[in-house]
Amino acid sequence: MSNYLLETKNLSISFGGLKAAQDVNLKIQKNELYGLIGPNGAGKTTVFNMLTGVYRPTSGEFFLDGENLTGKSAIEINRRGIARTFQNIRLFSNMSVIDNVHVGLSNQSKCSIFASVFRFPSYYKTEKDLRERARALLDVFGLDEERRTVASNLPYGKQRKLEIARALATHPKLLLLDEPAAGMNPQETAELMENIRFIRDHFDMTVLLIEHDMSLVGGICDELTVLNFGTTLAQGSVSDVLHNPEVIRAYLGDE
Amino acid sequence: MVIKMANSKTSEKKNNHLKYYFNYLLVGVFFLIFFILDMTMGLRTSTTQLLTKIAYSIILATSLNMIVGFLGELSLGHAGFMCVGAYIGCFCANFLHTVIPSPLIVLIIAMMIGGLVAALFGFLIGLPTLRLKGDYLAIATLAFGEIVRTIFKNLSAFGGAQGLPTKRYDKSLYIIAFLIVFITLFVIQNLKRSKHGRAIEAIRDNEIAARAMGINITYYKLIVFIIAAGFAGIAGVIYGHLVTPVANTFFSFNYSIEILVMVVLGGMGSITGSIIASTLLTFINVQLTTQLSGDMAALKYLIYALILIAMVLWNNAPALSNVREKVSLHHLLAWFNGKFSSKKPEKDSQTAVENAVYLKEEADWKKIPTKIPMDSILSTDIKPDRTTEADKPEKSSKQ
Repeated sequence: MSNYLLETKNLSISFGGLKAAQDVNLKIQKNELYGLIGPNGAGKTTVFNMLTGVYRPTSGEFFLDGENLTGKSAIEINRRGIARTFQNIRLFSNMSVIDNVHVGLSNQSKCSIFASVFRFPSYYKTEKDLRERARALLDVFGLDEERRTVASNLPYGKQRKLEIARALATHPKLLLLDEPAAGMNPQETAELMENIRFIRDHFDMTVLLIEHDMSLVGGICDELTVLNFGTTLAQGSVSDVLHNPEVIRAYLGDE
Repeated sequence: MVIKMANSKTSEKKNNHLKYYFNYLLVGVFFLIFFILDMTMGLRTSTTQLLTKIAYSIILATSLNMIVGFLGELSLGHAGFMCVGAYIGCFCANFLHTVIPSPLIVLIIAMMIGGLVAALFGFLIGLPTLRLKGDYLAIATLAFGEIVRTIFKNLSAFGGAQGLPTKRYDKSLYIIAFLIVFITLFVIQNLKRSKHGRAIEAIRDNEIAARAMGINITYYKLIVFIIAAGFAGIAGVIYGHLVTPVANTFFSFNYSIEILVMVVLGGMGSITGSIIASTLLTFINVQLTTQLSGDMAALKYLIYALILIAMVLWNNAPALSNVREKVSLHHLLAWFNGKFSSKKPEKDSQTAVENAVYLKEEADWKKIPTKIPMDSILSTDIKPDRTTEADKPEKSSKQ
């Protein structure tokens, strides 16, 4: 079949009469940094919600690595390899930093409730292995020293990092970042973009990210899709898209 | 920095162990004091009855804490599960007494049956209520509790409105009750400190995110309801062997609330809190009932309510936070550690070091030298029999 990691075919959803997303066709290659941009209410997050099983598409399909995941539950989709972060941070805020990552890792270990309660040897092995992996991941994000901190006490930028670490812990093939730079100052944003590049290069990850701000996305993305009112406005390499008169009109209006 | 980390790791471990065994220690010491008193000079029946009541209150509070504190759902029907356990367990016990001579074996079998049937009800209640949240779930469980009670009230096989006559267990019931407390603590604490417990807490903190992490929410919610209901059922069987007849009026909505009060006062999610709160409240309740007689009996509710208000204020009033901090468990443990390991906690310098590390690592972000092999961190499936290779990925990233 196709050699794209993620391919969506005419992905559409409507709520009553409102067509929130119409015929969205994304083709994302492995190891690509792909941007999804558009003005407010363009349907970007709706596309994410369809790709992660929060919404079921009204029509159209999407494939991850050639496998049709349309209509699967959020849990199933995560297990097949799509992980996401949220626009408004959704950490497990009362749990420690390391436990947040533990939760992300938990599907990759098999240790029944019975074995956990009665402390079978498999429990200790699982816990040890999970702890090592979690700390290794936290180390990558410079969070290891704060692993015992309650997640909600982390500074904002670190919470974003932790959310990405937690998503990576589920061992995805594709990472979806929903406005990772929201609420950050230019300095933090620049650093974040550096982090995303780092993740792509060092984890060999494919990243699809939503951003509001075209100038930010222009810096790191390989390709872009622009949505406006739920429809695809433009698609292609960054420079092409950003010079597209249609796109400029959508953002700035006529004249 | 590596040495620093190793240090903090061991002290963390030590602290965790203390915390981990603290609840067993607490209940164990409490139980042993009375057990030794009982062995040497013998306790009055009223005291052993009080102890049994305390024991089943602890079981009820800690099991409800699983639903309210760990899963984060409000259940107002815990007395309903207890009711199921009490009626079914004692019904079986009445039958078993004719077959098995040893009351101890009868009690154990009755507790198993009562617990299992209550757990089954937990499952049945869990199924439809999974889609309900917050207030709606609370009302559904409330309705369940009342329905169960009414059904038993109207079944003549269970004694109808008069209640089910049961055979009382002798004074030593409190010993068995406390054994069950230990089992409850064992199961709930071990579950909490495993990946399953973390998954449950993740659901409490953010259900949407938990789902996006691939956590099977249905499964865990049902598990919590089943375990909590099972223990409530066992508590019911203990109650049935203490009080006869088992009357439906006891398992009213009021009692569900009383269990909830224990959980809330102790602090949601805190097992130690549930233990202490249920012990204190049961003690106060029983004392008020026995001390105030005649015209004064009506005062019980007034005094009880005042005590509750005082306890809530003590737990939450901002003005008392300094005092609270001084007598808090955490503080006492730290004091205890400092006294006996001759090493002061040095909280401030610790955070200073952590801050320095944090700043340094922030700056070092771009300089992380090695290419981290993602597969070594993530992809290998953990097999239970795998010989674990200690922190390999960590080392490679440290160099």
